[in-house]
Amino acid sequence: MISSDTVPDDARKHKADRDSSDAMAVRAVTIGKPREEVFAFFRDFANLARFMENIERIDVQDDQHSHWVVKAPAGQSVEWDSTLTEEEPGRLLSWETEPDAEVQNHGRVEFKDAPGGRGCEIHATIVYDAPAGALGKLIATLFQKEPGQQAKRDLRRLKMLLETGEIATTEYEAGAAPRYKKSDASDEAKAAETRL
Amino acid sequence: MRAVTWHGKHDVRVDTVPDPKIVNPHDIVIKTTATAICGSDLHLYDGVIPTMVSGDILGHEFMGEVVEVGPEVTNLKVGDRVVNPFTIACGQCLHCKSSFFSACENSNPADKAPMMEALYGYAGSGLFGYSHMMGGYAGGQAEYVRIPFGNVGPIKIPDGLDDEQVLFLSDIFPTAYQAAENCNIQKGDTIAIWGLGPVGQLCVKSCFLLGAERVIAIDHRTKRLEMAKASGAEVISFEAVRVNEALTEMTGGLGPDHCIDCVGLESHGWSVDNVLDFVKTTLKVSFDRPHVLREAIVACKPGGVLSIPGVYGGFLDKVPFGAAFGKGLTMKMGQTNMHKYLAPLLEKIQRGDIDPGFIISHRLSLEDAPGAYKQFHDDQDEWTKVVLRPGAASGAVQ
Repeated sequence: MISSDTVPDDARKHKADRDSSDAMAVRAVTIGKPREEVFAFFRDFANLARFMENIERIDVQDDQHSHWVVKAPAGQSVEWDSTLTEEEPGRLLSWETEPDAEVQNHGRVEFKDAPGGRGCEIHATIVYDAPAGALGKLIATLFQKEPGQQAKRDLRRLKMLLETGEIATTEYEAGAAPRYKKSDASDEAKAAETRL
Repeated sequence: MRAVTWHGKHDVRVDTVPDPKIVNPHDIVIKTTATAICGSDLHLYDGVIPTMVSGDILGHEFMGEVVEVGPEVTNLKVGDRVVNPFTIACGQCLHCKSSFFSACENSNPADKAPMMEALYGYAGSGLFGYSHMMGGYAGGQAEYVRIPFGNVGPIKIPDGLDDEQVLFLSDIFPTAYQAAENCNIQKGDTIAIWGLGPVGQLCVKSCFLLGAERVIAIDHRTKRLEMAKASGAEVISFEAVRVNEALTEMTGGLGPDHCIDCVGLESHGWSVDNVLDFVKTTLKVSFDRPHVLREAIVACKPGGVLSIPGVYGGFLDKVPFGAAFGKGLTMKMGQTNMHKYLAPLLEKIQRGDIDPGFIISHRLSLEDAPGAYKQFHDDQDEWTKVVLRPGAASGAVQ
């Protein structure tokens, strides 16, 4: 279906994601817990490292500022400072990296009541800006390869953690098998998405 | 430990691999006492399931004794004897809470789930020993198995029941029972069942348990027809007669009230490649071959249920949808919601209403797995169901 100019598209954020040349991710997940509880967990930024795959550590400096340590290839890491730019308790959080950050990013996470008492919907928009420096470039490539997939995975892990108290994994499966590479998985998903 | 591992098409081995351990707080580890080869394992054996990696441990029908429990496990303790459902469910998500366990949102790891999500629009629960698309969990054809969500999945087996009586609670008995239950069988109903593998056989029994007046069972392999007949079904060999004509005649011109397709796509199409080939080539395609589905739609009495425990994976060609529409058929299908059936079906076994062990044709050692896969694959009439036991004397099969 082609959306007309006169009827506003309710999925416009997703459309913007598709149209944008930025590395931008818009993803949503429903978590079967009260909105206030989900917000409180998220608002304690140190918790983000518990479910975001590439985050090594987040140091909360004060109510508005946090320091992020992010995994980089070859055992390296990259760090940046992030500032909370907007907060509506229980509903909305926005952040932005400091201007000198190697990997510039900003984002916005909205928390809504899911219909029918099903808990809380999280709508996340994350944008990674043009990188500076060689390492920044490397990291950005890591994130920008498929920021949508990464955001989706992280939200899925958050849901697992909050609903079940653990994050499902087969990373440590004993067995002769070499680990199935994440890149294989995402390449397959990506290929399927493109073709369908 | 010793484990049955996959190395490619028609290449199954028994390897020595590291023992599993507790990873998450709700995990348990069991020492396997009995495990079976499922018909769906043959799809892996044939190499048609994508995202398998050489060395993956096979097996999703298994039971054993709890040897280790995670700190959050409250329902089980070391020494308990359990049967494990082949699907993994968290018990906490929206789907689990509405007993739709097969669509558990929290058991397929976040790095694996996107593969299936991109194709089907949902991720599906994690499965044991059934490819990385389904989570990459090590399977149960091994001396030890790690089982996530120990409070939710594995069911404790009381004393006095043999392994062979309860082993099939792990997959095929609940699968067959759900298929029969989906027909909402009423007094006087005749049910037609296509495909008399282990699920079909247990489906015959389940239909009678649920009050069916008659069951008409369809296959072409002599032993399987005999086995269904022994369970009280009337049988049709599709090689000998035209199935639809026979069904119409046998039901006084009405057609069976409900139809159950225990065949599915067989080894065609449960393959991402096939699905994608379809998109790529549009017309020169590998479709699922829904022969049984077509036949069942045409055979079924108006207003009936078409219940489909047989697995489909991709696209269907030339399905007589007009007939299904005209008859107002209801189609019920999907992966089994295992966790819903374990307790009630265990109770039926305890009461002696059914002993699913009747389908076992071969009892072997885990070490015999490579030969057992080959025989099960090549001679489905003789080899209806194989049970493997770690530590049993081997050498019984070539």
